[in-house]
Amino acid sequence: MGYGLLWPNPCYLPHTTIKESGRMSELATTLDLERIEVQATDKTVFGFWVYLMTDCVLFAGLFAVYAVLHGNTFGGPSGHELFKLPYVLIETMVLLTSSFTCGLAMLAAQRRDRTQVLLWLGVTFLLGLTFLGLELSEFRNMVLDGNSWRRSGFLSSYFTLVGTHGLHITFGLIWMAVTAVFTLKKGLTHGILKRLTLLSLFWHFLDVVWIFIFTIVYLFGGLSI
Amino acid sequence: MSPVVSEHDAHPLSLSKYITGFVSCVAITLVAYLLVTRSSLSHAAIVAVIACLAIAQFVIQMVFFLHVGEEQRPRWKLAVMFLMLGVVLILVFGSLWIMNNLNYRMTPVQMDQYLKSQDSL
Repeated sequence: MGYGLLWPNPCYLPHTTIKESGRMSELATTLDLERIEVQATDKTVFGFWVYLMTDCVLFAGLFAVYAVLHGNTFGGPSGHELFKLPYVLIETMVLLTSSFTCGLAMLAAQRRDRTQVLLWLGVTFLLGLTFLGLELSEFRNMVLDGNSWRRSGFLSSYFTLVGTHGLHITFGLIWMAVTAVFTLKKGLTHGILKRLTLLSLFWHFLDVVWIFIFTIVYLFGGLSI
Repeated sequence: MSPVVSEHDAHPLSLSKYITGFVSCVAITLVAYLLVTRSSLSHAAIVAVIACLAIAQFVIQMVFFLHVGEEQRPRWKLAVMFLMLGVVLILVFGSLWIMNNLNYRMTPVQMDQYLKSQDSL
């Protein structure tokens, strides 16, 4: 079926292993086990993919609310007055780079290079934390200026949409830290590789959602439409 | 529980794909940003262009980072993704359509007329 990122197509497995060892009876059981593991991983990755797609529908709902309410400022500031685009550009670049370094961690996992996996996961974690810090300080400044989610329909929908994304980032960071600790303790076992694959899918997915937050909320908002 | 060999991966991850994806996404983000901050085009034109840029970046990240389209048949991942896109489009554009329609039909003048007609009953 081939949903896994780090796993070979099961039908390729027999040839090399038979050539290398030649102990047929023992081989058959190991191969069956590996095949079962690969198929189980395929199913897990596919199940996680279905979760990600339904999470998209959650975000679509919040985008729809924002699209409907973005003009309802109730005498308060509009996006054009509130958003600092250079600041948001830095946030975007930080998140995009963290998505890239997460990919580098997966490449290292494919080479079974534990040190590099931990190094790139660490870089990804720090970039993710930077992104979260930038976002929270942006929120803090808005709230201190009296422009919290209670100010207008526009700000309620803005904080809900961007805050939900930030919440996903927070859970992603916790998950990343836990996975890094397990990688350090257990090494790159089959189970760890599976978790890394799911984590990287989640992290890339969050960057995909951010493309639309950046474009629809910030860039369209910056144009004052 | 030995890790499975990687040289026979049906679709091994490649560094060049990640770099291509990353560089093009950075370029697209910068172009969209500069269009909004520096360009003198009309608002409608800028909106159309940056919406197209966002869709392009979506496709690039789906292909180069999330490896959509690399699976073998039957392509269930792709099928679920298109189902998601369908639901998302209906949800977002359906909401906008209905709410704009309500706005249009419920302007203050029309509301007054409606309330008066209800009073007279």
